[in-house]
Amino acid sequence: MKSPKVVTSAAAAAVALSLGLSACGGSDDSGDGGGSAKFDAGSTAVVNASDKKGGVLKYAQPDDFDSLDPANMYYAYALNFSRVYSRGLMTYASKPGTAGAEIVPDLAEAKGVVGEGGKTVTYTLKQGVKYEDGSQIKAADVKYAVARTFDRGVLRNGPSYFTQLLDADGYKGPFKDKNLDNFKGVDTPDERTVVFKLKKPFSEFDQVVGFAGQTNPLPQAKDKGERYGLHPFSSGPYKFEGDYQPKKGGVLVRNEHWDQATDPNRKQLPDRIEIQSALKAEEIDNRLISGSVHVDLPGSGVQAAARQQILTQPKLKDSADNPLAGFHWYLPINTEVIPNVECRKAIVWATDRSALFRAYGGEVGGEPATSIQPPTVAGREKGTDFYTKADANYTGDPAKAKEALAACGQPNGFSTKMVFRSDRPKEKLAAEAMKQALERVGIKIELAGYPSGTYTNEQFGSPAWTKKEKVGLGTYGWAPDWSTGYGYLQPITDQDAIVDTGNSNTSVLKDAEVNKKWDEVVSIQDPAARAKIYNEIDQRVREQAAIIPNVYAKSLLFRPSTLANVYLHAGFGMYNYATLGVTG
Amino acid sequence: MTAPIEVTGSEAEAQPDAVLKGVDRKAIQGRSLGQIAWMRLKRDKIAISSAVFLVVLIIVSLPGVTGLITGLVGGSPNKFNMPLVDATLGGPIGKLGGMSLDHPFGVEPINGRDLFSRILYGARVSLLIGVLATLVSVVIGTVLGIVAGFFGGWVDTLIARTMDVFLAFPLVLFAISLVGVIPSGFAGLEGNGLRIAILVFIIGFFNWPYIGRIVRGQTMSLREREFVDASRSMGAKPGYILFREILPNLYAPILVYATLLIPTNILFEAALSFLGVGINPPDPSWGGMLSQATELYSVAPHFVIVPGLAIFVTVLAFNLFGDGLRDALDPRTR
Repeated sequence: MKSPKVVTSAAAAAVALSLGLSACGGSDDSGDGGGSAKFDAGSTAVVNASDKKGGVLKYAQPDDFDSLDPANMYYAYALNFSRVYSRGLMTYASKPGTAGAEIVPDLAEAKGVVGEGGKTVTYTLKQGVKYEDGSQIKAADVKYAVARTFDRGVLRNGPSYFTQLLDADGYKGPFKDKNLDNFKGVDTPDERTVVFKLKKPFSEFDQVVGFAGQTNPLPQAKDKGERYGLHPFSSGPYKFEGDYQPKKGGVLVRNEHWDQATDPNRKQLPDRIEIQSALKAEEIDNRLISGSVHVDLPGSGVQAAARQQILTQPKLKDSADNPLAGFHWYLPINTEVIPNVECRKAIVWATDRSALFRAYGGEVGGEPATSIQPPTVAGREKGTDFYTKADANYTGDPAKAKEALAACGQPNGFSTKMVFRSDRPKEKLAAEAMKQALERVGIKIELAGYPSGTYTNEQFGSPAWTKKEKVGLGTYGWAPDWSTGYGYLQPITDQDAIVDTGNSNTSVLKDAEVNKKWDEVVSIQDPAARAKIYNEIDQRVREQAAIIPNVYAKSLLFRPSTLANVYLHAGFGMYNYATLGVTG
Repeated sequence: MTAPIEVTGSEAEAQPDAVLKGVDRKAIQGRSLGQIAWMRLKRDKIAISSAVFLVVLIIVSLPGVTGLITGLVGGSPNKFNMPLVDATLGGPIGKLGGMSLDHPFGVEPINGRDLFSRILYGARVSLLIGVLATLVSVVIGTVLGIVAGFFGGWVDTLIARTMDVFLAFPLVLFAISLVGVIPSGFAGLEGNGLRIAILVFIIGFFNWPYIGRIVRGQTMSLREREFVDASRSMGAKPGYILFREILPNLYAPILVYATLLIPTNILFEAALSFLGVGINPPDPSWGGMLSQATELYSVAPHFVIVPGLAIFVTVLAFNLFGDGLRDALDPRTR
């Protein structure tokens, strides 16, 4: 399970928001002009709340979606945007604050009902849910949607959880095998019931269903395979007007067959939604600031020039948010290359957290980390520091590092290698900061940069390579597929997650205690009990000095004053696209 | 047609009036071609000042000298000076990127390293790679070019087509993939020694056809000359003709082309560093500094300007010197 692409995130406090109360009742002009919001207000609460209908909502992006087919996308912003035209069984709650990280029913009436000792999960479809042509959404369409994710040759980009979890081995997907009865992973006893059959119990199945669009129903007759992504069949509040043009853009208009009464997580406010693709990132920033574009689609923050402009002009700064983006830029210590825990402790003690903090952009760029799980993860506890301090001014403790070195039997230090992504200036700065800091205590670091295209697969993501090259340290960052401790920690700490290439457990951690906890946790049904175990794992990994906590990434987002209902969504780590409106 | 320089008829015919004007009547006596070229070069003020700049640059980037200078001003190129940069925006504190007597070129944003020292240490990398890669190109290009031009026939066809293949090679992509594939220790080299060797290999090995083509063309015209015929009729073997008769006549164009190739290679190294496949940090390189600066130009414009100027001035100096050298060696191309 790996997906460094996907960003999920949350904000600190939760402010309640009533959604879905104003159904299609015409134009009730709430007349909130906005503009009174302060810096970072959108990170925790709704800014410029309004139910005013009409207007054109304009999105722009520097590149393009990986696909618009909800089952064939993995970028967090694409998943976020897919909610505008497509619905699944479960989805993220449309709420500001950490409440947004919760997975709630969408087309399903309720959360999945677990049966047969955890080996089946059953959902029942809501009544009266329709496609854009007015036809009924049926259980068989959900089954078909899940079946098509089994063909990785056609749907290359999406997650592959269903192929791992469902009991349907040998099934090749509906493009090669047209008879859907041959797909045994999902059962549809009647038109509204969907039963998933699992190989073994998996306690976070609702999250797997809800974080991506792979259960979004699709009638078999409407599927065009790879070309489906150019004009998805809508079940959400908007539908495509003509085909989407890759690298150019597309237009969505209201879908009159969507019913607000069945959908508390979306709104249907603007008349039209326009997407412009392949625009220069700096140009998008300029248009955002001038108000001619409402949303920078990727949601990863403005470029350096706009950042400078926004931070130094108070008026612009009030229209910006600085939320946690879901990533934790931590530094794994390779436990295979540096097997002695005391030697690893010495590295942690000597680390200059202040220099690292600045390398990642200071207080606007991040927040000093304590736990490995960022605060956006549901049930995460801050925990306590091990061999370091989560403090923007902490420069390390060379004396303690020397003690650890002596305990490790290397009082004069040792030599190792550190790798980083050479096309990422922040990681280069961080690597240089590590070299400076560790050389204070005699630990010599040789730095080596590699292009990010191969870094996570062939270099730092290959345990055989790191062992052969004796790479003890590297720069890394991780954001989970879904915001729980399992989604965050399992791929990066479980021995079972270690793979030959594209490895995410970059500490190459093979800790018996951690492994045992991972084996146990998948059959626990109580989320709070699971969160407790996740926090224990988090602590154990830091106690073993396998990961140096660094900074939780923060992004700088700009919201034009004409954009309504803006707030940071914890699940996606950017503004929630399903509820936006325009007032200007 | 640039070589050989033949002095036929009166000496005045081969020399510009400017040369003759300042010369005492009595002093007219036989001068070698080298002396004539040197006289012309001395009068080219732009070429001479470029040469002076380059010599100074080479001297300051010698291992002992760089340390001596940065010991006086600037300090270690890798030392962080955190108090000199703003914690939030990352830009240097003070005017012009924190320029002062201690830090004449200002300091780097984020970590406050001294730019003057980093530029000096970066010069060594740029010059080393630029010169060594040129040497590789010149040696391969001359040998293969002269062989192709002299023997002709299938030898020529083979070498000329090989040149075409090399010229069509996607060099940058190759460089990026090679850096990712080669292990960190290779052929007894490791770390930045290895990276420099790889860069020299890539840049030098794939640029030889340019010089190879020039040498080949020159050789083709030279081999038809009378002095070659004469040598051949006296029973000289091909090896002797190649290296004793033809090669000396090629020194001038090779030398000129080499001085013009060095700046191209410096730029290429900067481009590769910019793409992240140059030498490893914390050792500075000009291209690497520029690459880092692109993200920070708004908070620290000097961080783009200083290494940019360093590359610009050095490349310009090499180009102007190369031009001057060509004019001096072969005034007819003026």
